[in-house]
Amino acid sequence: MSDKPITRIVTPISLQYTVNAGTTTSAFLKALMQKRIVGRRCPVTGKVYVPPKGASPTHGVAMTEEVEVSQVGTVTNFAIVNIPFEGQKLTPPYVGASVLLDGADVPLFHLLGGFPASEARMGMRVRAVWVPDEELAPTLASIAYFEPTGEPDAAFETYQEHL
Amino acid sequence: MAAEDELLVAPYTLEYAYKRSTGPVIGRFLTGLRDGRIEGVKTQAGRVLVPPQEYDPETGEDVSDDFVEVGPGGVVTTWTWVYEPREKHGMDRPFAFALIRLDGADTALLHRVDAGDPDRMRTGMRVTVRWAEERTGMIHDIAAFVPEEAS
Repeated sequence: MSDKPITRIVTPISLQYTVNAGTTTSAFLKALMQKRIVGRRCPVTGKVYVPPKGASPTHGVAMTEEVEVSQVGTVTNFAIVNIPFEGQKLTPPYVGASVLLDGADVPLFHLLGGFPASEARMGMRVRAVWVPDEELAPTLASIAYFEPTGEPDAAFETYQEHL
Repeated sequence: MAAEDELLVAPYTLEYAYKRSTGPVIGRFLTGLRDGRIEGVKTQAGRVLVPPQEYDPETGEDVSDDFVEVGPGGVVTTWTWVYEPREKHGMDRPFAFALIRLDGADTALLHRVDAGDPDRMRTGMRVTVRWAEERTGMIHDIAAFVPEEAS
């Protein structure tokens, strides 16, 4: 037992939730187990949302049409994490990015990998890398990360409406 | 429902591991608990605050530098029985949350009373501290208070 005066204490606060994924997110997560990425289409605008929502964010109507999108897309934005923090699961530097999958109208937030973080850039073409089959689960972590396809970068004009 | 229609449900824990600096007054209180001693602080008017605070809650003035040991016995000033303790309550059996004015103190401390049965609880009853086996400088260094006649 220390005999030094107490000057700091750790007081963890935790909230225990049970999350019900609902029909739309359940369908999305189960598709990931089959290495498929599905969204839903807004019947008014025709925009495809990935991950899907049950109702159109812009028009409030039900989105019932499921659309499978490509596993290849374009990096619209990214951030390189260089700073360690408590609870961090990855080793810096690593890259979080918004990936606009071909066929989707909103980007999906995920990790980039398979290349040096310093080479990340907007417009980069990337493809999903799945975890080994035995590790596939109803979670977005079934996609390990997105890696470069080697295609030429997409022009800014092709994704500027999807940032 | 068919398997493909089943909804997914998962546990989710949101946790923040706050680290707090205690300041000189609470720090001294917690240091005392670790060492098996309950200390209060005197306001400039001479009232003894337990748990101690840095400022007199009535006037907003700084408290004095005068710390005094209180307890280990005290009086329950109000209480409520917890029939089904939760994990965070730190008790594996029903207990009372109570405000306890320790001997020598002018304010009451919120803590647990391990009385076994709500029929043994009453406002004005005498209780005394039961220390935790391992003490680290937290309020939980006091495992609970127990009825004085049972101690």
